Amino acid sequence: MPTPLAQARGLGAAHKGPETFWRQRLTAVANIPLVLFLILSILLHIGSPYEEVRTYLANPIVAVLMLGLVLSATIHLRIGLKEIVEDYIHGDALRMTMLFLSGFFAIGVGLASALAIIKISLGS
Amino acid sequence: MVELTLPKNSKIKKGKTWNPPPKDAEKNRWREYKVYRYDPDTEENPRVDTYWVDTADCGPMVLDALLWIKNNVDSTLTFRRSCREGVCGSCSMNIDGTNTLACTMHADDARHNLIAIYPLPHMPVVKDLVPDLTHFYAQHRSVEPWLQTDSPTPGKEWKQSREEREELDGLYECILCACCTTSCPSYWWNGDKYLGPATLLQAYRWINDSRDEHTGERLDDLEDPFKLYRCRTILNCTKSCPKGLNPAKSIASIRALMVERGE
Repeated sequence: MPTPLAQARGLGAAHKGPETFWRQRLTAVANIPLVLFLILSILLHIGSPYEEVRTYLANPIVAVLMLGLVLSATIHLRIGLKEIVEDYIHGDALRMTMLFLSGFFAIGVGLASALAIIKISLGS
Repeated sequence: MVELTLPKNSKIKKGKTWNPPPKDAEKNRWREYKVYRYDPDTEENPRVDTYWVDTADCGPMVLDALLWIKNNVDSTLTFRRSCREGVCGSCSMNIDGTNTLACTMHADDARHNLIAIYPLPHMPVVKDLVPDLTHFYAQHRSVEPWLQTDSPTPGKEWKQSREEREELDGLYECILCACCTTSCPSYWWNGDKYLGPATLLQAYRWINDSRDEHTGERLDDLEDPFKLYRCRTILNCTKSCPKGLNPAKSIASIRALMVERGE
């Protein structure tokens, strides 16, 4: 039977955490102007013809900002989902499964969004 | 999954009313207390008993009321207490919905006229209002809360300037009552690994001590997604601290030091 101190120490420190913490804060800050840019872009093109919107998204500056948003939001989403799973799901097997699924979901959504922007900006 | 309901053997049942006030009682003289009761020696589920306290015959604090009940109504009521002046941290419990010390909580300051008293939340209960704090104390022990140095010990004392000593204000006053830690939802969900606000405040007290020479090792031991980074800045800890300390700020300071040394 492990002593209370052995239980408290557990497997020791993983020597991880600051990078994730920093990345989450960094992407949170980056998301503010990037999401505002997305909202502005949508508002400016309400009712615009399809071709005009495609031309707008194909602009290199717009495309880079949109790709930046996808990258930043995907990293933020990935970290957020992982933390939610770690906080609330405690069974080892279920937790591992949910960590895999949430990771695949975040990366999948990010890749699909990036592909759409790249296709539009390259005119294909 | 996270526990959102109580286990079957922890579901609280209705208890008994011990001493209803006399029918001709003076208005507002008797105050109603609902107190959590659990006896490990029986197979019974916990219950909430009702007591009436004669405020004219009792001191003003909630601890006075509990002592009055124990002395006059029910000697089996079990709770911890010692200093009765907010120094020892023994009488921490959940009073009127908030974790605090029974000895420094004025009964008239309760939000409700009926005062409900439960043990500190989400901890195993030893009996009645006594929680099992073994793991909490072991976590405190795990951060090695004492001065650690490698330099030869000076003949007289480890010197510290007045300013350096002031850096410990708001940290050294912690009495380890566990009000903050047991009010933290992150600690409820992951208390086996997350150190919780009290232990992290104590860890920062030594990280921030100018005399200590093991700052790096202390940070190494905390560099973990669960030990430190489960804090969600909910701030229940700061809100509930009966000594007016700010454990959330200590946690943020440790995180800032982690970033400072890593970036």
